[in-house]
Amino acid sequence: MWEQIRSNRRRGAFVLAGMGVLLVLIGMAVAGLFTQDPGGLVVGGAGALLLWLFLWMVTVSKGDDIMLHMAGAREIEHAHHPVLFNLVEEMTIASALPKRPRVFVVDDPSPNAFAVGRDPQKASVAVTTGLLRILDRDELQGVVAHELGHIKNRDVALLTTAGVMMGAIVMLAEVGLRAMWYTGGGRRSRSSNDQGGAQAAIMIGALVLLILAPILAQLMYFALSRRREYLADASGAMFTRYPEGLASALEKLGGGRAAPLSDTSRVTAPMYIVAPLRKARGGGASLFSTHPPLEERVRILRSMGGMADFGAYDRAFRNTKGRRVVGLHTLEETTAVPARDAGESGAGDADEGGLFGTGGMLGAVEPAPSAAGARGAQPPPLPPESLRARAASDAFLQASGYAMRTCEDCGATVKVPPSLQERVTSCPRCNGRLRS
Amino acid sequence: MGIAIGIGALVLIALYFIGIYNSLVRARNEARNGWSQIDVQLKRRHDLIPNLVETVKGYAAHEKDTLEAVISARTAAVAAKTPGEAGKAEGLLGAALGNLFALSERYPDLKANQNFLSLQEELASTENRIGFARQAYNDAATRYNNKREVFPANLISGGFEKAELFEIEIAAEREVPKVEF
Repeated sequence: MWEQIRSNRRRGAFVLAGMGVLLVLIGMAVAGLFTQDPGGLVVGGAGALLLWLFLWMVTVSKGDDIMLHMAGAREIEHAHHPVLFNLVEEMTIASALPKRPRVFVVDDPSPNAFAVGRDPQKASVAVTTGLLRILDRDELQGVVAHELGHIKNRDVALLTTAGVMMGAIVMLAEVGLRAMWYTGGGRRSRSSNDQGGAQAAIMIGALVLLILAPILAQLMYFALSRRREYLADASGAMFTRYPEGLASALEKLGGGRAAPLSDTSRVTAPMYIVAPLRKARGGGASLFSTHPPLEERVRILRSMGGMADFGAYDRAFRNTKGRRVVGLHTLEETTAVPARDAGESGAGDADEGGLFGTGGMLGAVEPAPSAAGARGAQPPPLPPESLRARAASDAFLQASGYAMRTCEDCGATVKVPPSLQERVTSCPRCNGRLRS
Repeated sequence: MGIAIGIGALVLIALYFIGIYNSLVRARNEARNGWSQIDVQLKRRHDLIPNLVETVKGYAAHEKDTLEAVISARTAAVAAKTPGEAGKAEGLLGAALGNLFALSERYPDLKANQNFLSLQEELASTENRIGFARQAYNDAATRYNNKREVFPANLISGGFEKAELFEIEIAAEREVPKVEF
């Protein structure tokens, strides 16, 4: 695990260095529009770095709490959602994080989840109520493991830094192009003829740079983000020893074409499990999306051939994409680990059962392993603030055409989306009759 | 001049070995920490059981044998001293709990009881945590063992004992009967 972080950090540092060079070049190009003095160019490059540093400090000082607040996340305790809370505890142990991240829930019908925290000691994970509604226990475990993978791999720090750098490059290029548009002609007319030729060459060079650099920076940033997404998937499979859980969750997330989450910025987008922005959602392998296409992530997870380690993920990735994703250095350190079977509860290696041979004990009680969790188990009575939150989210659902139906047998309330109202006539929990 | 170079080289070598020593200590602590996680989760399981037994009693008091088996298995597991003893006792406890949950299938009221359901979730999660803790411990122990055996760390790793991997050794314990419905 630590080896994995090390080799990834090296690659991340490489991308950051590349973007840093672009940043300095573009700073020099902008300065070159106003002066030809070499000293001036150096000042331009340094100025670009300072701009990045300033933006970075603003982003960092805003902190995780602001981001969580912007997303409308509220922190929960064990009693509010025991299953989610337990899953975060389980995955903290599996990933050997030093401390359990704080757990947040976002009242949003769109299924999604994200992690924040540059420091694994002070990280947080948040999931939407929409996600909790549609996933079973194994699937939710996969999602939580994916998010903890982001924390463990320190993606938050890397992607924030790279994202801010991309922002600075785009910003400077914009400034440079505008400056060229307004001042370029005037300055040229003032210069004498022999200087004009040299200046024109510089201007053309600067123009090319101003147009290409932001595109290049974005390509680098998005490639980094997509790669990290694959690696978080690999970590999720590794932590849970159950790639199918995450695969099935991603499939459900792809099916849910709910509205994109509000209040997500470009910089925070890579932390989500599926792309939260409207533009990035359309599917297809775009070079300008933060996330790889869901179908591809699912296909890779499903072709790991009954194994759950990084090596198996890398092989599956190569079969799909024709190149590697996990660092070679990492692969040397990983040992092959089989995935567990669907029927097995708990973790541990599939061929050994759980600790002390109790594997499958609780899974055998219920027909499906997941039934012990999210679907079957009823949480203890909810505290008033949760009930208020539920009432509020119900009101939103009703406003968007959901029908509230009560089961005559078990008393459960079933919230049926408009498209399914003709098809859902019996209670999905006990098969009883539904009354609206 | 030659002496200075010699001393410099010695200092570098000493620093190198200090680095190796420290990384061995770190790896050993990681493994120990992984082990303590298993203990924490086993204790959590012990703490949950009295509550579970009380809840089940309310609905199925006459299932004395099963309930008593769980209680005595828990007592034995709490009292276990060595890892070997603990392994055996926890195995029996797991089997007894399995019987208890299987029994609950016959009592619909019990199965619908909020308290029972949340205890079931807590125990299922504890079971998972024990498994994941074992998984993490074995990973850390393997890393530590590799570290202390490779050259040149093996020159100074005499004081570092090899960490035992956590495996299930007794065949009977692997074969807890699965209850199918």
